[in-house]
Amino acid sequence: MESWRKHPLVFWILALPGSVWLVVFFLVPLAFVWVMSFGEKRGLLDIEITWTLSQYKAAFQPVYFKIIWKSLWISALVTALCIVLAYPVAFLVAFASPRAKPILLLLVIMPFWINMLIRTYALIAVFRTRGYVNFTLEWLWNTFWLDRLFGPFVPLELLYNNFAVIAGITYVFMPFMVLPLYATIERLDKSYLEASLDLGASQVRTFFSVTVPLTMPGIVSGIILVFIPAMGSFLIPDLLGGTNAQMVGNVIARQFKAANDWPFGAALSFLLMYATFGALALRALFAGRKSAMEV
Amino acid sequence: MTRKGAQVHAMARSFAGLARWRPGRSRRAPLGPLDYGRRLWLRIVVALTFILIYMPIVTLMVFSFNDSRRNIVWRGFTTKYYVKAWHNDGLFEAFTNSLTIAVVSTIVSTIIGAMVALLLWRFRFPGKAAYEGFMALPIVIPDICLGVAMLVFFARIGWPAHMPWPLNLSAITIAHIAFSFPFVSIVVRARLAGFNRELEEASRDLGASEWQTFRHVILPYMKPGLIAGALLAFTLSLDDFVVTFFTSGPNTVTFPVKVYSMVRFSVTPEVNAASTVLILITVLTTILAVRFQNPARN
Repeated sequence: MESWRKHPLVFWILALPGSVWLVVFFLVPLAFVWVMSFGEKRGLLDIEITWTLSQYKAAFQPVYFKIIWKSLWISALVTALCIVLAYPVAFLVAFASPRAKPILLLLVIMPFWINMLIRTYALIAVFRTRGYVNFTLEWLWNTFWLDRLFGPFVPLELLYNNFAVIAGITYVFMPFMVLPLYATIERLDKSYLEASLDLGASQVRTFFSVTVPLTMPGIVSGIILVFIPAMGSFLIPDLLGGTNAQMVGNVIARQFKAANDWPFGAALSFLLMYATFGALALRALFAGRKSAMEV
Repeated sequence: MTRKGAQVHAMARSFAGLARWRPGRSRRAPLGPLDYGRRLWLRIVVALTFILIYMPIVTLMVFSFNDSRRNIVWRGFTTKYYVKAWHNDGLFEAFTNSLTIAVVSTIVSTIIGAMVALLLWRFRFPGKAAYEGFMALPIVIPDICLGVAMLVFFARIGWPAHMPWPLNLSAITIAHIAFSFPFVSIVVRARLAGFNRELEEASRDLGASEWQTFRHVILPYMKPGLIAGALLAFTLSLDDFVVTFFTSGPNTVTFPVKVYSMVRFSVTPEVNAASTVLILITVLTTILAVRFQNPARN
């Protein structure tokens, strides 16, 4: 690597397009939103920047705070579910035979290539009143003669509620958790596990006292990769949650579309940005402390 | 959209392994304490997880051939919904829009992304770590924040909304480039990391100019990375819903946005057919991208 001073012309030619594009079409738009979040709506299209904090205060009104709180707990729950579901998969892939590993890895990665909208849409056919889950349950109900005892099967309402949103976000973001977990489990020095087992710890104890602490960096990366997009999800609650199960993303989208209250939407989307930066800072802090401990 | 770039390496490895894959019978040694890969209960749990992941997608694709308007029970095989989707003017127009945006966005973001990758690979400069963080910003922030920012930006600067055909897609294309080229730069930089810098020095020592060295030494080496980055940018643009949803107007509907508006009304085989086509395009593009990422193995 050479200092930029050696070839300043080449340096500037390479640096300018990307920097200018990102400043003009990324930072400036974000700055517009940031400034707008301190504004007030005056008319249909008229927004006055008064540097007021009222939009942020409005976000903490009970109506909206309830939705923010719900987005937080749904995202936290989804992240936990993803850890529980992804850990066995990552573990098996990491310990699979060299022949099976590439195929398993391919199966894990494949969903990334499929449009999120299409994956969400696919879930509608699974969860709707006349969907696959209800068909299976009905079949089981009739097979075990429960219809003779309790009457005909009543389909479960699985769509347009919190359940559908939680299941949908877990379904869509689970692969984000598998890959960082897999990467750390694969790099894990297996002799630690052997030592633990040789010294008489059970498999369960070895897992919780050795494997989990040693794969913590992967777990933390996975949490970040799932939690941030889950907090910002808009499409999944929109299609699967309906009006009953809205998240912050839906409220933001509504302010910019139907409700036409841009300053409030701007404030909400910046709250989401602050939450993202907070999560990233936490991870940096965690990573810093971890490396300090190792040295 | 976001995490795709980081996964390209894992994909590349999985494909390298696939090339070596030979089916055959495994030796049955006794189960060791660390042979987790052969434990039955773990295999069953993982198999169930995979079934849960793939069942909805596979049924979606299968039911695109279902001869039933309501599309709830299987009523026989037909391809008429593919023909119908093809003749649906709105859908076709959206598809043309999506492809146009994706092609332009891919060309521009590959060039800009490659330049950023070269910059970060070649030079030391003050504030480099901060600059790298700045370049990763479009990848980490939630999609919806980016979408909203683009909506506000284009509305405030008064970007003309009613322009003749390819130009009316400019706002969406600009937004797509903004989130695509950081991904391209990651992929190209990963490729450049394996470059032997002595080749560059040798070229200079032999009297080649800056441009000649780039054109005849660095560029040929970068090429697989450029193709992989371009294909990634193409799928990112073709797949994007959230950012496009906020930047598109009534006359600039893209394929995912059109599918979204159709999905909101009903679950029909026509939507399934359109979705299956999109799945196939993106999966094929990504397989090509992975192939180009490790050309040595082909």
